[in-house]
Amino acid sequence: MIPDPSTGGTQIVPPVGVSYRAPRKKGRNIGDVLFKNSTLLFAGIVFSLVFLMTWEMYSGSRLSIEKFGWNFLASSTWDPVQDQYGSLPFIFGTVVTSLVGLAIALPLSLGVAIFLSEIAPRWLAQPFSFLVELLAAIPSIVYGMWGVFVLVPWMRLHGQPFLSKTLGFLPLFKGVPYGFGMLTASVILAIMILPIITAITRDVLQSIPNLQREAALAIGATKWETTKIILANARSGIVGATLLGLGRAIGETMAVTMVIGNRPEISASLFNPAYSMASVIANEFTEATSDLYISSLIEIALLLFGVTILLNILARLIVWSVSKKFRTA
Amino acid sequence: MKKYFLTLCICLAAFTGLANAQLKLNGAGATFPYVIYSKWFDVYSKNSGIEFNYQSIGSGGGIKQVIEGTVDFGASDAPMTDQQLKDAKDKQNTNVLHIPTVMGAVVLTYNIPGVSKGLKLTPDVLAGIFLGTITTWNDAKITDLNSGLNLPNAPILVAHRSDGSGTTNIFTDYLSKVSKDWEQKVGKGTSVNWPVGLGGKGNEGVAGLVKQSDGAIGYVELAFAVKNNLPYAMLKNKSGNYVDASFEAVSSAAAGAIKHMPDDLRASITDADGKDSYPISGFTWLLVYQNSKDKEKAKALQNFLMWAMTDGQSYAKDLYYAPLPKEIVKMCNTKIASIITQ
Repeated sequence: MIPDPSTGGTQIVPPVGVSYRAPRKKGRNIGDVLFKNSTLLFAGIVFSLVFLMTWEMYSGSRLSIEKFGWNFLASSTWDPVQDQYGSLPFIFGTVVTSLVGLAIALPLSLGVAIFLSEIAPRWLAQPFSFLVELLAAIPSIVYGMWGVFVLVPWMRLHGQPFLSKTLGFLPLFKGVPYGFGMLTASVILAIMILPIITAITRDVLQSIPNLQREAALAIGATKWETTKIILANARSGIVGATLLGLGRAIGETMAVTMVIGNRPEISASLFNPAYSMASVIANEFTEATSDLYISSLIEIALLLFGVTILLNILARLIVWSVSKKFRTA
Repeated sequence: MKKYFLTLCICLAAFTGLANAQLKLNGAGATFPYVIYSKWFDVYSKNSGIEFNYQSIGSGGGIKQVIEGTVDFGASDAPMTDQQLKDAKDKQNTNVLHIPTVMGAVVLTYNIPGVSKGLKLTPDVLAGIFLGTITTWNDAKITDLNSGLNLPNAPILVAHRSDGSGTTNIFTDYLSKVSKDWEQKVGKGTSVNWPVGLGGKGNEGVAGLVKQSDGAIGYVELAFAVKNNLPYAMLKNKSGNYVDASFEAVSSAAAGAIKHMPDDLRASITDADGKDSYPISGFTWLLVYQNSKDKEKAKALQNFLMWAMTDGQSYAKDLYYAPLPKEIVKMCNTKIASIITQ
């Protein structure tokens, strides 16, 4: 390749004695065209699937949207016999179990991620990371069964009575300890989202250049102070990881429905049973016969879909922005 | 290699061609009778060569598919309502016949510390428990009926089905008949707005809830309770006797209901007359088109149903279902004969 002063680019020069035809500027190689268009088609299929799902859910819930309007989001009645439906208890159950699950999981996840990226020696960090990621691979229904046979009795006999005795003055921990209820569902959700938040946080922490750590240590910071500085830098990435974990918790179905008690009721105490959006759809969709019933369940699915998509978009934007900051540095 | 591949393809094509030559009947619906229907389809297809494909998606699902015409027959623990029959008629241009096949019962299983068996309940007390008006086991209304038992001062935890189900339909149908309060406040259906209690998914979910929680009571199918050795309560029937659920008691309920049997066989036999009748009994139906477009399938279905009414009934007891009494079989045979096969 020699520089070509006329165009400013480079020119391919064949060795002397070899006849060579320079390729045309717009090389229309049929293989390339096919490749480009077929991958475009596949990408388009994925995109249109999401669009079609949203459209189907919207048209399926049209009956319920027309009949109830915004009242659907505010009403607490769920009566298939009278054909009166309101989604407030499900929204409440989903939001509360997800938030409490997140509150339990977040400090634990941060701790594990910091341990894995800052403190643990390499020979320990790798197998440990593998174990944490293994938690994410366990199927939801297995968590549900473990919840029913192990966690619920433990909660009923030890966990909840203990909380009643020590923190029973709070309205959060009043009531009969059934074992089944929002608290148990939150604990299971916490265990399920822990690996997601840990894995992403650990990756974000590791992506922060060592220069930062070296600089902090060089001016005399302790290990903990260095870690605080690193965390401050990784803040947006951690927020992104949290939102992804929250997204999973909101959509979790089988594990939640087996331990939450399936009672569409709003109550202040975490000991009481509740109902989540994904659970009601899983439980009642196959047997729903009246059109309005089915339409209401599809509307709940639409709400769930919308919330999950928003959370995921938000999380992706935030995580992308943090890694961009360090890529251009 | 290519030659083997080609031969394999031709063989597969031939086999699929062969499979298409056999008549295949598709059905969907109730989960309760799934065990006996599987047995029937298995035995019958060996003798007749007709293949059956049954999906136990639930009674509601079965009714929906019958209305939409995606199946050749449906199955349901709850009879179709007048509106659903009208929808089916509008969409499929035919009446839908309800053919009772076997019977089941709903029993109340409980977990009371200190009481392993022998709990007696009356309709009023049962309704009170499920409405939430009776909240502890040593409430006077319950102890009055159970003088021999040491009922503790424990709260009653009610367990019900979280998924829509024919079992719920039979149970709420009974409660609606025996309690005006229940009929007004809750009503009957495959899914209802329960005043109290926790929901479990499937018979297993309810049984799990009851087994795990002290002081719990829940309703499950008799077959399920027997197979899993769950204790269940004796109920006072319409004639005033305390009856333990059993196949004979269920058959007695059906016999007692024959006098009031409607012509289309969409009967509820809860709270039936008869001194030995178990009050929470019910039929399960097969839903067939009277005038289907595919006459060959209609004939095949008719032959199968006639077999189910005779030889089929002998498999019921071993699989924990109550067989139909003779009078009901006669009514079914009339209905089966009315399927148009020409």
